[in-house]
Amino acid sequence: MNRYTRRTLLLEVAMAAVAIAFAFPVYVLVNLALRPSADSSSPIRPTTDPTLSNFGQAWQQGGLGGALINSVVVTTVSVLIILAVSALAAYPLARSTARWSRGTFLLIMLGLILPFQLASLPLYQTIRDLGLLGSVWSLVLFYSGLQVPFTTFLYVGFLRALPRDFEDAAMIDGCTPLESFRYVVFPMLKPITVTALVLNAVSVWNDFFTPLLYLSGSDHQTMPVAIAGFFGQYVSDWNLVFAALLISIVPVLAVYLALQRSIINGFAGGLKG
Amino acid sequence: MAIDTRARPSTAVIAPRGSRRSTAPPWWFVVPAMVLFAFVVLVPSARGIYYAVTDWDGLDPHFSFIGLRNFTDMLDDPTALQAIWHTILIAVAITVIQNGIGLLLALGVNTMIKTRNVLRVLLFAPAVVTPIVTAYLWRNLLGPDGAVNSLLSAAGLGSWRQDWLGDPRWALWMIVLVIVWQFAGYSMVIFLAGLQSIPREIYEAAALDGTGPFRRFWYVVRPLLAPAITINLMLSIIGGIKLFDQVYALTGGGPGHATDTISTLIYKDAFTLGEFGYSIALAVVLTAIVAIVSAGQYTVLSRNERAAS
Repeated sequence: MNRYTRRTLLLEVAMAAVAIAFAFPVYVLVNLALRPSADSSSPIRPTTDPTLSNFGQAWQQGGLGGALINSVVVTTVSVLIILAVSALAAYPLARSTARWSRGTFLLIMLGLILPFQLASLPLYQTIRDLGLLGSVWSLVLFYSGLQVPFTTFLYVGFLRALPRDFEDAAMIDGCTPLESFRYVVFPMLKPITVTALVLNAVSVWNDFFTPLLYLSGSDHQTMPVAIAGFFGQYVSDWNLVFAALLISIVPVLAVYLALQRSIINGFAGGLKG
Repeated sequence: MAIDTRARPSTAVIAPRGSRRSTAPPWWFVVPAMVLFAFVVLVPSARGIYYAVTDWDGLDPHFSFIGLRNFTDMLDDPTALQAIWHTILIAVAITVIQNGIGLLLALGVNTMIKTRNVLRVLLFAPAVVTPIVTAYLWRNLLGPDGAVNSLLSAAGLGSWRQDWLGDPRWALWMIVLVIVWQFAGYSMVIFLAGLQSIPREIYEAAALDGTGPFRRFWYVVRPLLAPAITINLMLSIIGGIKLFDQVYALTGGGPGHATDTISTLIYKDAFTLGEFGYSIALAVVLTAIVAIVSAGQYTVLSRNERAAS
């Protein structure tokens, strides 16, 4: 079972074939993004005279620089708020057995089932009345509330398995509850914080529906909405569209490759909670 | 550790109700999360359920209560009924195919092959990319002059060429294909975590007993994989029911209404037709489907999980 046999080799070859099939769309993506618009040969044939001009054009005309900054700001601020408020809320919810605690926990867990489509239209009206339509802060507000149930769920599950001895000791030593949380409990939550960070960052960064609603018609875009807008404008010029798609993928893949272990473990592990 | 350890009169110890009780963190820790959650999810959801029984158009402050008319209208609206059917069909198809492929990939990667780490990173990579971006990529690949048709021609299957997203018979399945391509690696990663938590000795004992690979999978691996199966099924079916981005980018719900899902219809009814009340009634239906599926799945799977352990 632990030896490398001929059957292992066969499996190796089969898996390599599967990987090539999976990677094929990415080959076409890069191939066409490098191709001048005049070249109309088959999309699977390697481009003969590759050019980088599509990228410059897509970057400028798509306003991708601004969209990238907006996406980074929205994702960073939202995730920080989500993690802070959820971890703080999870602490009493995991520790207290009082009726208010169980009731609040159930109410928050209700949010796991409610699809955001239900809340998003009435909330659209509220955001409009507050004059926040077209502002990226409407997104930060939205995600900060939307992601509370899932993140709190992760933290509560993790906290319940954690011994209380350290926080009891901190209290006896005179820590206020907030100090005990800040210096004793929160550092012990690091593994689940990494998981929650990864999962929230990916879902906030990739969200399309909400910014489509709240930012449409404004100059402020996040990356997914900017890409959709760019596609609408240059629908017939695929080489340009592909350059834009590639530009939006590169930062995501760079982060993924740099932090692959934490990211894959985050996706695989947190869901066991 | 950065704790202030200077001696202070310890309220915890002298508290009358015992130290356990008094060290419980204060209730106000939940306030910031609760305020945000109530503002963004709870209150708008409750208002949504209320609007679903009105004829609100999203702008006019004057609207009237119309009872269940939005829902009875839905029964006479073939577009809405079709969208509900498409939503269920896509969710079921994704759940079966994505998890089937994900499991096979996990079993393939969880072996002695030398490329296992590279494969894991590569096959999972699409799952972190923005769905709207992969959908636009596939929109081109599946187009009349796209790479899929070019591949068919190159393989001598030129007669199979077609406009995959423009043909109502194919379009829905192409959406499933794109999602499976993107998220099979996600299912794989969760299955892989489940497989790796099974102690090696259990496999070896079964192998020594002369159990064949298929029986070994069914009787030894599958029951131990129950938690991973639960999570995977939950994620893919709920994700499938809420599907919006990929349909929006690949077909826009077309051709005709051939690929409209509940979510794309919610968007169209609200923002192109101005029928907010009807749109929110659709969202209520979506909520009901999600709730029923979650409850059913939870009951069935937790029973199985208990039976397996």
